Amino acid sequence: MAQFLFLYRRPYEQAALSPAQMQQNIPKWQVWFQELTEKGHLKDRGEVLEREGKLVRGSKKNVTDGPYAEKDLVMGYTIIEARDLDQARELATGCPGLSTEMVVEVRPTMQLNP
Amino acid sequence: MEPLDHLFRHESGRMVAALARIFGMHNLALAEDVTQDALCRALEVWKIQGPPDNPAGWLMTTAKHRALDLLRREQTARTFAPELARALMDEHDPASTFEELFGSAAIQDDELRMMFSCCHPRLAEDARVALILHILCGFSVGEIAAAFLTGEEAIKKRISRGKAVLAGSRRMFDLTRKDFSERLSSVHRTLYLLFNEGYHGASPEIAVRKELCDEALRLGTLLCENSLTAVPATYALLALMCLHAARLPARVDSAGDFTMLLDQDRSGWDEQLIADGQRLMDLSAKGTVLTAYHVEAAIASVHAAAKSPADTPWGAIVSFYDTLMRIRPSPVVALNRALAIAQHDGPQRGLDEIAVIADHERLANYPFYSAALAELEFRVGNMNAAKDHFLMALGLARNPMERRLLERRLADCDESKRAVNGTASLAGA
Repeated sequence: MAQFLFLYRRPYEQAALSPAQMQQNIPKWQVWFQELTEKGHLKDRGEVLEREGKLVRGSKKNVTDGPYAEKDLVMGYTIIEARDLDQARELATGCPGLSTEMVVEVRPTMQLNP
Repeated sequence: MEPLDHLFRHESGRMVAALARIFGMHNLALAEDVTQDALCRALEVWKIQGPPDNPAGWLMTTAKHRALDLLRREQTARTFAPELARALMDEHDPASTFEELFGSAAIQDDELRMMFSCCHPRLAEDARVALILHILCGFSVGEIAAAFLTGEEAIKKRISRGKAVLAGSRRMFDLTRKDFSERLSSVHRTLYLLFNEGYHGASPEIAVRKELCDEALRLGTLLCENSLTAVPATYALLALMCLHAARLPARVDSAGDFTMLLDQDRSGWDEQLIADGQRLMDLSAKGTVLTAYHVEAAIASVHAAAKSPADTPWGAIVSFYDTLMRIRPSPVVALNRALAIAQHDGPQRGLDEIAVIADHERLANYPFYSAALAELEFRVGNMNAAKDHFLMALGLARNPMERRLLERRLADCDESKRAVNGTASLAGA
């Protein structure tokens, strides 16, 4: 089994959902995580990130607020175990966020012995 | 997800009410922003971590922290709620005042005060209903427009104009004010309209209708839980809503078709709601004032207790409608009275009563008026007249469910005519 990082990205500006629509999203995610857990793919649910923080850049250590300027925002991550990139990609297609403008970035962690 | 039910919508209403009390009604938009932000955070976190044990508490705590943060950072408590400004500014740390403001009793009080604020006398009745649905029930403009079969722009305008009126009042309605009882009857009326929108309204989608009725019941229950607002008329209103809501499951059959009261399968009526309604009627009987809600609840309770249309004491129903015509006369009440008379004394008597309804031209666009005339002509045996009225009603029908019912009845007219003609020709032979 190899490890993969699922990065959840979404546009900084998003269409507003009604409270009922927001709530309808949650059970879909619970079902997805439940399936990943049952099939032994969920290594770590990961963390959710605040929308805003600081950007520290360059040797001058310039600090700015951010990341406003980014086209899309990393909202959180999960660590997944899968056979290979194909299987990990397949698992990502089940993410409920895809129907609400989310992009799931699937990144294999580098293996020492490829 | 069953345990969460309508958590987001309902907590949205509670948070906006609690925050509008702190920020002042003139900062309603800020209260709404903070609420939206708390809901978004909940969504982001709960998607990945799963919902916490106490989701409602989580949301309210998030809103509270954000409000406290705004207050400390902006140092603008003075421009917030005038009655709270001193308490919030004088305290070295407003956190303890905040704990009180976010206690469950305080929030319930805020919800009531927001309900009263939304029934401002300068607002039209449809604006009051829309504001309550938007602010306290957490429905979006799009969802309200869909429920009322109205354009989104129209609802958006109605709500934003309404909010401008609320903002002018700066603070929420105080339940101890001297115009309290006047405002309470507007609140009753608004909840009654909200319930009717769900019960008789234009939207064909069953789930939407039920949600509107449920919201009216929930807000009515809130009124019954506060000693200031739990007056006999409030109990009567809630009784009326429970007894009608009890019939909701039987109003639409398994094929999604509309079923009239007389044809409903009464085993589908909700016994719990009927019991609640009867208990509330007992509570409503305490005062000396008889409101239209009392009488309407009494009518609904007679229907609820009858095993079938034949078992119904129609004479009692007619006399309740007589009373209703005295305290709140309207062409619609007169029409329902005529239908009860038709059950009691035969369809021709019903038709006679309909013919003498004052202002019956006000019923011209009401599909049930033509449908009622059609039903009674049908029973008298005037199939041509019945068909004309059914066709008229069909032209006024507001949704596919009403249309299907009327088309069925039109077909029945043709069938009866054929049967009658058949008999006639046999007799002639």
